[in-house]
This record gives sequence, C-alpha cells and structure tokens, in this order.
Amino acid sequence: MPAKGATRVFVQALAVLLALVYLIPVYMTIVTSLKSPEEISHLKAWSMPASGANWSSYSTAFSKFAPYLKNSFVLATAATLLSASMGAINGYVMSKYPFPGSRVVMPLIVFGMFIPYQSILVPLFQFLQKTRLYGGLPGLIVVHVVYGLPITTLLFRSFYAEIPDELLGAARIDGAGFAGIFRYLILPLSGPPFLVVGIWQFTQIWNEFLFAVTLARPDAQPITVALANLAGGQAVSWNLPMAGSVLAALPTVAIYVLLGRYFVRGLLAGALKG
Amino acid sequence: MHSRRDELIAILVILPSIVLLAIFVYAFIGQSIKASVTDWGQQAALSLNPEIHYVGMQNYKDLFTGFLGMRFRQDLTSMICFTALFVVVALAVGLGLATLIDHLVWGEAVFRTIFLFPMSLSFVVTGTIWRWLLQPRGGINQLPTLVGLPAGQFLWLSSREQRFAFDWAALPHYACWMLAIILAVLAWTNSRRAKPKTAGRQAVGAAALLVLAISGITRRLAILDFPEIHGFNVAIWGVVIAAVWQQSGYTMALYLAGLRTIPEELREAARVDGASRFQIYRYVELPMLTPITVSAVVILGHIALKIFDLIFAMAGPDHAPTSVPAITMFLKTFRGNEFAVGSAIGVVLLVLVSLLIIPYVATSFREGGDQ
Repeated sequence: MPAKGATRVFVQALAVLLALVYLIPVYMTIVTSLKSPEEISHLKAWSMPASGANWSSYSTAFSKFAPYLKNSFVLATAATLLSASMGAINGYVMSKYPFPGSRVVMPLIVFGMFIPYQSILVPLFQFLQKTRLYGGLPGLIVVHVVYGLPITTLLFRSFYAEIPDELLGAARIDGAGFAGIFRYLILPLSGPPFLVVGIWQFTQIWNEFLFAVTLARPDAQPITVALANLAGGQAVSWNLPMAGSVLAALPTVAIYVLLGRYFVRGLLAGALKG
Repeated sequence: MHSRRDELIAILVILPSIVLLAIFVYAFIGQSIKASVTDWGQQAALSLNPEIHYVGMQNYKDLFTGFLGMRFRQDLTSMICFTALFVVVALAVGLGLATLIDHLVWGEAVFRTIFLFPMSLSFVVTGTIWRWLLQPRGGINQLPTLVGLPAGQFLWLSSREQRFAFDWAALPHYACWMLAIILAVLAWTNSRRAKPKTAGRQAVGAAALLVLAISGITRRLAILDFPEIHGFNVAIWGVVIAAVWQQSGYTMALYLAGLRTIPEELREAARVDGASRFQIYRYVELPMLTPITVSAVVILGHIALKIFDLIFAMAGPDHAPTSVPAITMFLKTFRGNEFAVGSAIGVVLLVLVSLLIIPYVATSFREGGDQ
C-alpha cells in the first residue's frame, strides 16, 4: 500500500538512491569498456572516457568471443527446445495421467534440480568419455537436457494442473485419446508455459559454468568459460573483460527487459511454494 | 475415466525421462559414493583399466582430520560463513526492498526492474564486474575520493585476515558447548510453556554437557594431533557483496509477491482496531511472510552451499582466502586427477545440501497434496 504524507517523499527518494547504488556496477562496466587501455587507471575509475568513447573494445571482444557466443547460442537453444518439449509431455502425464507411484516419483524428480552437481560430476565425466560425447557440444546439450528435466517437468505440471479435467473429459467423449488431447487441447493452451519455461531454461543454460568448464574442450566452450578465462588471465586491460561482460550478458538481459513478466514467473515457480 | 490404453501410453511416454534421471541423478550419486571410498586417483585415473582399491572411509577421514585436508577444512569454514552471511544479508535487503516498493507512489515497475535485473546475469559476468570494482585500488575503494575523502584501503577479496578463529582439533569441545546452550534455551522456553517434564530433562542434559565441557574432558577428545586454526576469512565479504547484489532482487520478488497476496480486509480490520501503519507491518504483514522466508532460506542456502562460478570469476580457483569446497573439488578432480577425493568432497556437499532440501521438497509435496 502506498505511503502517505511526508513519508511519500522519503520513500521515493530512498528508492531512487538505492536504484543508483544497484546501477553502479552497470555504470562502471560501460564506462570502463569505452575507455582506451591507456586511460584505465584506478584513480579515474569513476570518470567518463575523456577522449570520447572507444568502441574498439567491443569489436575486439566480439571477434575474440564470436565462436564462444555461437557455442552458447547453439547449446542454449537446442537444450532449451529439447528439455522444454520433454518437460511439457512429462507435465501432461504427471498432471492428467497420474500412475501408481507418481506421487513418489515427482519429489524424486524435483530433488534432481537441487543437487550439487559436484556430487555427480566424476561419473558424468566418465560416462561422457565412454559414450564419446565428452568435450563437444552434443555432450553438453545432453547434460543440460537431462538436468533441465526436473524444473521443466515441475513447471509444466503446475501449469497443466490448472486446465480443468472436465475439458479433457469432453474431448474424450468426442473420441480424442492421449495424443489427440495433447495435440488439440493442451498444446494450443501452452503458449505462456512454453514462454516461461523457455526463458527460464535459456537463461540458466546460457549462464551455466560448472559443466561448461569441466565437460567442454576449448573449441566447444560456451561464453561463460571464455569470459572467465579472459578476465582471470594475467595483466588484463580491463576494457576488454568489461566489453566481454556486456556481450555475454546482452542476450539474457534483453530477454529480461522484453519479457520480464515471464522471467519472474519462472523465478517464483522455482521456489516450489512461491 | 482414462482408457487402459491411454494410461499405458502415458507411462511409456514419461518413462525415458524417468530412466534418464534415475541414471544421471541417482545412479551417478551411487557411483560417486562408491568412488569416494577408493584410492582412485593420480596415475591410476588416466589409465584405461585403472587399478583401484577399496579404502573405506579413509578419504573422508583425511578431509576432516588428516594432515593434507587443511585446505578443505578452511574451505568448509568459509562456505559456512559465506552461506550464513549471504542468506541473512540477502533476506534483509530483499525484505527492505520489497517493503520500500510496496510503499512507492510511482515508478514501481521501473524500480522493480532495476533491483531484479542482476538475476538475469550469470555469476561469471557478476563476478567479472565485481572483480574489477573490488580491486584493492578499484572503484569501490575510490568511492570516498569522489566526495573528497581518502580512498578506502579494505582488501575486499585478497585480505588474509581471519576473524573468529577457532581450533579445528577442539571441534567436539565446541560442539559440546553449543549443544549445552541449545538444550538450556530449550529447557527455558519449555519451562515458560509450562512443560516441566521436558524442561527438566533438557535442563539435566544441558547441565551434564556443561560439566563435560568445563571439566575439560571434551578438550581431550581432540580430532587432530595438532592445533589447527581456522576462522572467518575477511576476504569472503567481497563475494558476499557481489552475491547479494545479484540475488537480493530474487528475495525482493518473493516478498513482494507475498505482500500482494495478503488480503486487504486483514489490513482494514487492523486499521479499524486502531493499529498504526507500523503496527500493521509488524503484526499483520511480517508474520504472513514467514513461509516465504522459509522458502527463501532454503533456496538461497542451497545456492550458497554450491557457490562456485562466482568465486571462480571473482578470485580464480587458486585463491585460498576465498576458496570453498566446490572449488577444491574442481581442482582435485580436474587438475589433480584425484577422482576419489573429488568424489568425496562432492558427497559431502550433497549431504549438506540434502539437509536443507529434502525436508523442503518433502513438505512442499505433502502440503500441496497432489498439486
């Protein structure tokens, strides 16, 4: 409920102040990325680039990062499509065709999204080597699809639970079976859930680092690994990692700004009760 | 009713996912546990048919009480400090932001967007940016110079200072004290709740533990042959700041969603009873947010226990003052080829995360009934 009286001004001013604090890293990133290497000094960290914007950091960073950005795009797109599709079917089954034991299976599936992946990393590494999937994008895609199944299944299950069973009953009287109901009743209603799940998965996979740094050979590495390597290297000139950070962040930030409503829905649904 | 045929199809369609998760989650956890009780490592790790021997709990013993496990023990201490600080600060900031936004007159959507946007970034991007900001002579330490003050000197990520130092060897001793205090507090609350029997039993327990602790018996139960000092690494603050910047928007969104589901009639009723604005917040709104706090503690807590990317990007994996078990697991496994030790660390992390997550998942699915 909005404040009244004098507190109104105070509340509003405090919000502006805090917003500025939250935007400090954004300002510093952009300012630093637009400076030439010689101009970057700690003493003038806060100042705007004196000699005009130096956009060459971005072209250098882009030419360095292009292959890794492409890897991330392929990885995130493929794994998102696959895990969302499988999640939709799983959610349909879990919400409309509960089977004996499904009430036990669901928490067991969901537990899979909380585990620390360090606890499965060694066997996973071995498994990928044995199946010759280690090191490349197909292997990473498989990994992200499988470990994405818990959240996609959970999200679709809660969306589909809201579709009244009477609708399904009516479709069944009309002669539709398992596949028909999914195709002609459920799928047409699945736009928003696919958007929420797709955004969630794409952001997660684009931002993921542990699998990326341990399971990909240099030529298949996603952008997060390339950025960490660049910034972690010796004697970096900070305009490059900052421009690189902007490039690495751009797709997910763009999604957030354009489709924030759906992003937040995924965020809240991930907290189970939220 | 579903036809028999449809029920069968449903099971067949979901079966592949169930099998995949059974393998990738549960069978792999089993294999990790199995690997953690062997000596699989170094040369043997790389050969095609490595010779691996069963060594029982030796790897765990080494990690917690062995001479070479010292780094792991500090990592564990750092992880617990980080988790506690991060969860408390992120909750407090998130609740503050949500309350603030709830009282805004205009611009709610804009402010919400600003506070929440770091959530769309990766920990690697956040870490890279804050690595630059928190350099010893970096932007944050230069901040006071903008208003003419001397620059800050705090070593956000590289400080070697340690606070709240304790001797790892004496952990049983500390544990005894802690248990005694907890039992004493329980006894006190139970006596106030007029449950004299339980209170009495708890008081006796507390007294017995106190005697053990004070007499020095537990002092002699040292788990190391040598004193080993660990503590809160001050450098962790830098990681906490970056993590809170990124995740506080999430707690804000949770709390805001909670505030918005509180029925207006409840506030109205309190107002009719003469409650002030602050009283409504304190006695009507805050109590209704408790379940959200529980969810947030679990979600943030498990993120904190697993934290890896952020520290990797902010300080690199070789920087001991900010290291945590997840980082050491990576170094041991992928640099040192010590697969058994790496698996053991992974299993320790799994146990810690499970303590938070299993009760949470179990109750969510029980309370929610079918849906």
